[in-house]
Amino acid sequence: MTESAAAGIHPQPAAALAPTKLRVRDLNFYYNGFHALKGINMDIPEKKVTAIIGPSGCGKSTLLRIFNRIYAIYPKLEAKGEIMLDEENILDTRYSMNKLRSKVGMVFQKPVPFPMTIFENVAYGIRHHERLSRADMEIRVEQALRSAALWDEVKDKLKQNALGLSGGQQQRLCIARGIALKPEVLLLDEPTSALDPIATGRIEQLVEELKSEYTIVIVTHNMQQAARCSDLTAFMYLGELIEFDRTEQIFTKPGKKQTEDYITGRFG
Amino acid sequence: MKSSSLYLRRRIKNVVALGLSSVATLIGLIFLAWILWETLRQGIGAINWNLFSKISVYRENGGLANAMVGSLILDLLGIAIATPIGVLAGTWLAEYANRTKLGETIRFLNDILLSAPSIVLGLFVYTIVVLPTTALTHGDTTFSGLAGGIALALIALPVIVRTTDEMLRLVPSTLREAALSLGIPQWKLTLQILIRASRSGIITGVLLALARISGETAPLLFTAFGNNFLTFNPMDKMPSLPQAIYEYTKDPDPAINAIAWAGAFVVTMFVLALSLISRLILSRNKVSHD
Amino acid sequence: MQANEAAAAVPIQEVRAHRDARDDRLFGWLLKGCALLVLASLLGAAGATLWGGRDAFMHFGFGFLTSSEWNPSDDVYGALVPVFGTLITSFIALFIAVPVSFGIALYLSEVAPPWLRTPVSSAIELLAGIPSIIYGMWGLFVFAPFFADHVKPWLTSYLGNQPDDGKVSWVAEHIPFIGRMFGNDNPFGGSVLTAGIVLAIMIIPFISSVMREVFQTVPTRLKESAYALGSSTWEVVWDIVLPYTRSAVIGGIFLGLGRALGETMAVTFIIGNKMKLSPSLLDPGASIASTIANQFGEAAGLQKSALMALAFLLFVVTFIVLMIARLMLRRLAHKEGR
Repeated sequence: MTESAAAGIHPQPAAALAPTKLRVRDLNFYYNGFHALKGINMDIPEKKVTAIIGPSGCGKSTLLRIFNRIYAIYPKLEAKGEIMLDEENILDTRYSMNKLRSKVGMVFQKPVPFPMTIFENVAYGIRHHERLSRADMEIRVEQALRSAALWDEVKDKLKQNALGLSGGQQQRLCIARGIALKPEVLLLDEPTSALDPIATGRIEQLVEELKSEYTIVIVTHNMQQAARCSDLTAFMYLGELIEFDRTEQIFTKPGKKQTEDYITGRFG
Repeated sequence: MKSSSLYLRRRIKNVVALGLSSVATLIGLIFLAWILWETLRQGIGAINWNLFSKISVYRENGGLANAMVGSLILDLLGIAIATPIGVLAGTWLAEYANRTKLGETIRFLNDILLSAPSIVLGLFVYTIVVLPTTALTHGDTTFSGLAGGIALALIALPVIVRTTDEMLRLVPSTLREAALSLGIPQWKLTLQILIRASRSGIITGVLLALARISGETAPLLFTAFGNNFLTFNPMDKMPSLPQAIYEYTKDPDPAINAIAWAGAFVVTMFVLALSLISRLILSRNKVSHD
Repeated sequence: MQANEAAAAVPIQEVRAHRDARDDRLFGWLLKGCALLVLASLLGAAGATLWGGRDAFMHFGFGFLTSSEWNPSDDVYGALVPVFGTLITSFIALFIAVPVSFGIALYLSEVAPPWLRTPVSSAIELLAGIPSIIYGMWGLFVFAPFFADHVKPWLTSYLGNQPDDGKVSWVAEHIPFIGRMFGNDNPFGGSVLTAGIVLAIMIIPFISSVMREVFQTVPTRLKESAYALGSSTWEVVWDIVLPYTRSAVIGGIFLGLGRALGETMAVTFIIGNKMKLSPSLLDPGASIASTIANQFGEAAGLQKSALMALAFLLFVVTFIVLMIARLMLRRLAHKEGR
């Protein structure tokens, strides 16, 4: 059927590692009729970091954007197949968007703070889902900022506009905003591509810390980043999942020629 | 021989054309300077305390206080009506109907409304507001400040719609995605994030609209109608600065004409200051966007 | 018990999702309603004036358009004088404004030193910000007398067929229409020609800013390759830039035309408001907008209806002109792939 399935790639390289959080089955994605993702099968384990790598245009971001159905805000995009999150298919139109988005958080390529104060940036999302007292809210915001390793830098200027923060701080604020909703899955879409090396290091360290609590899926075009901070790595090419295995396996003994070519820099 | 004369002809043609273009620019600038200079000269000469303290019923011994108050009320009324409608309509164009057929059509028609003849819009408001209220009062023609405000709102509306639409389309789509991925519903996203993110641009649009309507006369002629007394009641006939200038300019008495110049000076300064301020906001905004 | 709790726990999110979906729908309708008001005001303006003018249209029929008689005392109304006045003033305005605007756009995009461009273009755009009533005053008190004293004598004696000294010039004698266009005995400065000139000044900023904007959309490589062949600046503009931007330039001109057609206050002061057809541009006349502004306040019955009918004609014509303008402008936007 699909190459990966035909080749008998096991969708569960992590079976030994942890229980599955997101189970993707026969996922196909169409963009204006163009077949962008072809028969994806993968099991994303709980509380691990899964990296998705591949050359640009391979569909890695597209795949990530299906996990919280953010693609659905644009017309003419269609996903077919099954993505099970806690035994419920999130692609089912009856699946509540509210529930999905409180369970699955997302951080984007460029930091996009809301045009509000730092405090409000974090509180805004919580307020939509929960009714908290002023004091509880403050605790909650502090927690989120601490988890995002930003608290010490901003605790004295919570009332300032978030647009005044540096790029790296803004990105950590976006992570804080995402985890403030206490999601179960955190999607990171090339979260460091707009940041300098120091800020990047800070985010990678943060990813390492966060995986004890969250299932993290990170899309990156930076292979070293995938090697450094992920437990599992998926390699995608031309809309197909070519290989999905433990990170050290992928980077030391890739099972496929295409993967090897890519990670040794022969293309892409 | 032949080629060098051709070359010379081409060069002469070039110099003449570019010279004429400089002359054209100079013509434009001369007229601008001429108009501003006359308004300044004749206006400042006629400005005195009476202008701001007395009402127009005293004619040459009076001033334009009632017209200024009336203008303020009419302009604020127009802006108050046009701003919410215009911002919401512009939001619809940018956020809900971008690239749909109906959206494109309305965007297109809005551009036409932007330069539609204002006197016809005045007659439209006359028909839908003044005539029906006149029927209610058994024949007393009910020109009113409210009708004037609605007429001005029709002129301000397309300006606000257009700037809101353009400003919102500048907002990066990642901001929308970021909010939606937190489960924020679209209406909250729109009102609390997108409009806030393009706030300064939208304010510029409102200021531009204000500048536009504060100089308008034609739509007020048969709606607000004018009044020689001071009034704060929007159901009354309402005076306005441009209309007072219109009446006073037609007057044969030079003393009255002088008051018109003073009024013209006030209106021109107000309008130019507004457009200057909005330009400043816009340029500052552009800098902070990149 | 447990089943109950589970049943109660799930719906909270469901309820919230439901509420959000409903609010989103209502909000969408509200927004759409506001946007439809734009449509409604255009349709309304056309409808209201057509409805108001129905008596005149029915009473005079097609003759309303062809009759030049406008006589309130006999209650006879024909639209020809104001329609003609509107068209002729707008045409004069374009005749002057198009070359001047093109010159300004050329100067600002190719000739002026870069440091001068922003101040000069802002100054030109300032012209667009001046309220039309100010143009009217300036036209009436300053420009028309100036014109009557300094320009008109020259025009009548060199171009007119009734010069003061009785010696008809060669031009007036040999070129058809010219003599009659500039022959008259109206001592005032206010005339169809002065109204057209003031209109020209008013629309110059609109046309020149569109032209300048579209000139900037011409790809640099296109211009550079022409320069590389040895073309002069003028040749690049005339042979490369203008053909490339032709439709948008026409759009800009039509935009200016739309403005000129509907302009009320400036014209009302200067045109003289005489309901008489005259071949001379130096005679007073009337435009649709000036006729409405002057007469609507005191009009009743059939006269009011005739004025409404005039407004309808004006609205339809400007609508068509502006529509052409926007379509032409849009064509370039598509070319740019926007």
